[in-house]
Amino acid sequence: MEKKNFTVSVYTENNPGLLSRIAAIFLKRHINIESITVSKSEVKEVMRFIIVVNVTEEKIKKVVGQIEKQIEVIKAYYHTDEELIFQETALYKIRTSDFEKEWKLEDFLKENNAWMVTVAPDFFVIEKTGKRHETESLYEKLKPYGLMQFVRSGRIAVSKNEMQISGMLEKFNTTNSNS
Amino acid sequence: MELKTASFEKVSTETTTVSGAEAVIKCLLEEGVGTIYGYPGGAIMPIYDELYKYQDQIHHVLTRHEQGATHAAQGYARVTGKVGVAIATSGPGATNLVTGIADAQIDSTPLVCITGQVGSHLLGSDAFQETDIVGISTPITKWNHQITKASEIPEVLAKAFFIARSGRPGPVLIDITKDAQFASLEFSYKKCSGIRSYTPTPEIDLLQIERAAEAINHAKKPLIVFGQGVILGEAEALLKQVVEKAGIPAAWTILGLSAMPTEHPLNVGMVGMHGNYGPNMLTNECDVLIAIGMRFDDRVTGDLSRYAKQAKIIHFEIDPAEVHKNVTADIPVLGNVKETLKFLLEFLKPNKHTAWHQKFKDLYKIEFDKIIKDELHARGSELGMAEVIEEINNWTKGDAIIVSDVGQHQMIACRYAKFNSSRSNVTSGGLGTMGFALPAAMGAKMGCPDREVVAIIGDGGFQMTIQELGTIFQTKIPIKIVVLNNGFLGMVRQWQQLFFDKRYASTEMINPDFVAIARGYQIKSNHVSERSKLKDAIKEMMEANEPYFLEVKVEKENNVFPMIPTGAAVSEIRLE
Repeated sequence: MEKKNFTVSVYTENNPGLLSRIAAIFLKRHINIESITVSKSEVKEVMRFIIVVNVTEEKIKKVVGQIEKQIEVIKAYYHTDEELIFQETALYKIRTSDFEKEWKLEDFLKENNAWMVTVAPDFFVIEKTGKRHETESLYEKLKPYGLMQFVRSGRIAVSKNEMQISGMLEKFNTTNSNS
Repeated sequence: MELKTASFEKVSTETTTVSGAEAVIKCLLEEGVGTIYGYPGGAIMPIYDELYKYQDQIHHVLTRHEQGATHAAQGYARVTGKVGVAIATSGPGATNLVTGIADAQIDSTPLVCITGQVGSHLLGSDAFQETDIVGISTPITKWNHQITKASEIPEVLAKAFFIARSGRPGPVLIDITKDAQFASLEFSYKKCSGIRSYTPTPEIDLLQIERAAEAINHAKKPLIVFGQGVILGEAEALLKQVVEKAGIPAAWTILGLSAMPTEHPLNVGMVGMHGNYGPNMLTNECDVLIAIGMRFDDRVTGDLSRYAKQAKIIHFEIDPAEVHKNVTADIPVLGNVKETLKFLLEFLKPNKHTAWHQKFKDLYKIEFDKIIKDELHARGSELGMAEVIEEINNWTKGDAIIVSDVGQHQMIACRYAKFNSSRSNVTSGGLGTMGFALPAAMGAKMGCPDREVVAIIGDGGFQMTIQELGTIFQTKIPIKIVVLNNGFLGMVRQWQQLFFDKRYASTEMINPDFVAIARGYQIKSNHVSERSKLKDAIKEMMEANEPYFLEVKVEKENNVFPMIPTGAAVSEIRLE
């Protein structure tokens, strides 16, 4: 079976320790995590992990099963890129002197669909959000002009289909409401 | 509406002000815990102080090593079905629990381990006896949690017991900082009845059971392979009814042993690496393979690409993560087998499969002539392991709990010991933990004091937890300990002989005088090496009303057969 990118979405309780519990499942099977993002979700007090890995579908199915079985994991899914809307954000710190010899900043930002974050006397920081190839091509473009620092966030993604987490949690609440 | 993350039933209503340490004891009492195993130390001292006050209500067994505490708790849990409890101090006390926790995780044994931890103000500072036991135990626990506030104790322990025993059982570790043990709280206890992020038992899909029944009803050569799920789900009687109604030959995995009587006419023996010839061979001939509460371990399946490829696979399983993990099921049936088998039974048509069953008998005959006969009635000058087990059978008639360690003697014990009733086989299956049997036998005997408990141990494994003789001496737990001494790490030596050109690297053991050691602990003991004296030796041991140690000197270089070599298919099982 062919390896491809899968995005794993995990809804969990907000407890420390879950990150290493989930990471350990990937580690056990020698799967390198390409990126991981943890944030609050649409449900109150429920966290959402977005984990990107490059594996076969057979493997990711088993991994998601083993993640979902962890006590504090509410639900885990995996999606292909086609089933998702996803983005990454990158920050570029650039040396003003080198850059200004070649470019006019405003034009550059417009042309590359990027935003100014901050300007200091010696450097400035711009931000770009988009798909991997977009942040990557901006990186290539800036590399010759004094790119002092570069950092890219993990993928964040929402699914095209509904997730139905709230419904699941409400069901628990109503079936256990008498106790 | 406020969303709840867990639900609790009210048990006790009154609230009392107690220390965190006393709260722990009260939680144990509320959960019906009467016996715990452990070892004291600095960070757990407040809890031990309370144990002293509550000693008339909770029996604390002081093992000689924390590993012994977990194995004893496992033995207790395996024979009773209740949650076993082990406690230890922080640092080395906690890390010594790790082997037992890992063993309980892979063999689905309900365990609650409580560890003391350094004061919360010291956490992360590399304090004396500080270790990150929550981090260490994460991959080998069903759940774990660190308590730093006394007020959390009742709810966290209620969840711990609920998680350990529900669904597919497993070990839970709760780490409690010393200040949380000292601090006081308003105590009231409510048992946990549900956790929103945790579904212990998946919903039953009747349609899948109907499909399974249809496949079984149309099968010409069906084979049942059942595992510990039958025991954990308390579905032994149902399994028997299913097997008898549909007339299906049933084989057990090593952890499924005793879920059905050995002598049941449809019991065709054990599958796996050293299992019986018939069920292994015919796994690759059956047309429908019905797996019940088992997880297709690699020691059961051999080469997966050549495992039951001709068969339709039906998998009855409580843990969704086990379905399709190793073997893709054509018809997965999720749920507790106690529920799913009940429906299955209704849909099954009576059948006999006489000709198919005859094939198992024919293959058993081959195995008997080539292996079993000589093992049971050895003629060599030295004793064989199987004849010792058989002599124990003659005495117990299959009514004893047999606890085995890991290695050749384990395979022989599992192949030859007879069982009449469930929860009678205690062995380390998934992890293969040498040193398991001696402490596990103590726990088993304390869990079932009215039953005979016989520990079968090799000379290697015995020395891994030999210090528990001290616990047996102090507590007078009347278990029967049989060490089958061949002066080798026999299973490893067997592999060296078969696959490493007899290069016996570090497998020969120069052993001490075991009888003298047992005598040092004032345990009645004996040594036997001659066939003519075996019967009387076993008789004397079985008649003793106290702990008894028997060393049997057995043949040095015997091999366990049949055997499926690593990488071979189950049908390539070797008889020699």
